[in-house]
Amino acid sequence: MNIALFLEMAADAAPDRIGLVCDGRRWSYGELIAGARGAAELIRTTGCEHVALLDESSEAAIFALFGAALAGVPYCPLNYRLANADLAGLLDRIAPALVIGDAARSERLYSGNTSLSRADFVAQALALGNTPIDGDDGEGIAIQLFTSGTTAAPKAAILRHSNLVSYILGTVEFASADEGDAALMSVPPYHIAGISALMSSIYAQRRILMLPAFAPEAWLDLASAERATNAFVVPTMLSRIIECIDAGHACDVSSLRAMAYGGGKMPLELISRALDLFPSTGFTNAYGLTETSSTVALLGPDDHRIAKSSADPKVKARLASVGQPLPSIELEIRDDEGRVLGPNESGEIFVRGDQVSGEYKEKSALTDDGWFPTRDAGYLDADGYLFLSGRADDVIVRGGENMSPGEIEDVLLTHPAIADAAAVGVACSEWGESVGVAVVVREGHEAPAAAELKELIRARLRSSRVPDTVLFAASLPYNEMGKLLRREIKLLFAA
Amino acid sequence: MKPGTKLKSATCDSEVMIIRCGKGQIECGGAAMTAEKSAEVGSPSEDHAGGTLMGKRYVDADGTYELLCVKSGKGSLSVDGVALSIKDAKPLPASD
Repeated sequence: MNIALFLEMAADAAPDRIGLVCDGRRWSYGELIAGARGAAELIRTTGCEHVALLDESSEAAIFALFGAALAGVPYCPLNYRLANADLAGLLDRIAPALVIGDAARSERLYSGNTSLSRADFVAQALALGNTPIDGDDGEGIAIQLFTSGTTAAPKAAILRHSNLVSYILGTVEFASADEGDAALMSVPPYHIAGISALMSSIYAQRRILMLPAFAPEAWLDLASAERATNAFVVPTMLSRIIECIDAGHACDVSSLRAMAYGGGKMPLELISRALDLFPSTGFTNAYGLTETSSTVALLGPDDHRIAKSSADPKVKARLASVGQPLPSIELEIRDDEGRVLGPNESGEIFVRGDQVSGEYKEKSALTDDGWFPTRDAGYLDADGYLFLSGRADDVIVRGGENMSPGEIEDVLLTHPAIADAAAVGVACSEWGESVGVAVVVREGHEAPAAAELKELIRARLRSSRVPDTVLFAASLPYNEMGKLLRREIKLLFAA
Repeated sequence: MKPGTKLKSATCDSEVMIIRCGKGQIECGGAAMTAEKSAEVGSPSEDHAGGTLMGKRYVDADGTYELLCVKSGKGSLSVDGVALSIKDAKPLPASD
């Protein structure tokens, strides 16, 4: 199996149909498959073992994704927002690689790879022509994605062609889009949703409207100009789009028939507001993980409207659920001892199915009988609707970006006046969660200003890690095993 | 035969990709399908001329076989003479 099949079929069936609009340029499906085939030849001549993208979304993401697939080389889009030291580590781990995008940065950080600018890669791929090639048809790796790293080193999650083909065939009907259908894509290319959106839209034969860098004004302008019918957003994007509409930005999004969201907790007030503001748009909440090839459960448009207007509290509550598991996968809730739990009992979410990889480069996380422990906590209600109750780990999810409390705490502890530190997610309507830190001042030291601690984190990590709130505490709560009680710390911020 | 293998019809333009399969003979238009396109393409037998549709998945009654049609043709699909049928897929809302 090979994911390149999706683009080959779309181009076979409708070569002249527009498949991509990006930066004002329109690409037919015929041109896209030509670019992917040229990219495959280019990739093969470099002899690389990974194809990395260090860039915002563009046609290069499509050429590289399907070109790498045809060449039988794993595609490995990288987070260009990573700090230099972290990125250098990843560039080392994927060597020898062909790195496409910010060639100058790639070369500066690590010398063992071949780097090409976006323009050079696209030009060379197109120049190499359009000879059909037989792709790798085995159990090859299609995609390697580095997780945001809940522990120190990011894990390399692996998705095989068979996982992704199973996901797309199980969720998308070939060529089901009408000629005018257009999907607005604003998720970065290194996120699983950004990759699955490309495959889904291409297999359905939608026109992809690519927004390389999200800004609410640009999103509304593109949706209006191209009459977008579909879109995927993370909750933070939706919040900013609504703010922008409220501020009076001129737009016409009446064509928007379907809007899917995921990647983080959707605040109830935000989705309620969106349902009022877009009365004829069908909303879909998608829950999934990198390791599951994207969506494993969804709350569809009818569920949203029924829940919103229901007087029954149990039905109304479903607006905060992630819906029901896909028919093509199995999903169970288990307790710490591995026992399967019944309705309304909270535990860890396990999934199984052909689309579920659960595999890392280092090792597989699957149980002997093929179940993947998601490390997400949740429960199913009596009708099989899945509710998430947070990460089984303590990851802070801010605006769809996962961050480990540990990396923030480690930086705080480098301050001479800080004896102890804890970072937790604090509920926040704009970002889902924001970062709150509780710190203990070392004896004999003056308490540093909150602004000083924020600046320390900004300088060492990224701006998204900067806490909104800094609390000073006499001590932090630990259990008898010496484990930090994050739940109690969260309560400090709620007070 | 293994998943991912592409087979071509000896009686029409149909092409399929194997998603899952058993040990039986996969046919189109009443004749065995092959990995290489045969030099002479015949025509489907009358009993197996219902046609294939690109993008549809074809299955047998007990779910041993599943084939994805990647190119439409005039012949219809069967395994050891028993016709396959289109897999009934409930449409899902777009989630990404």
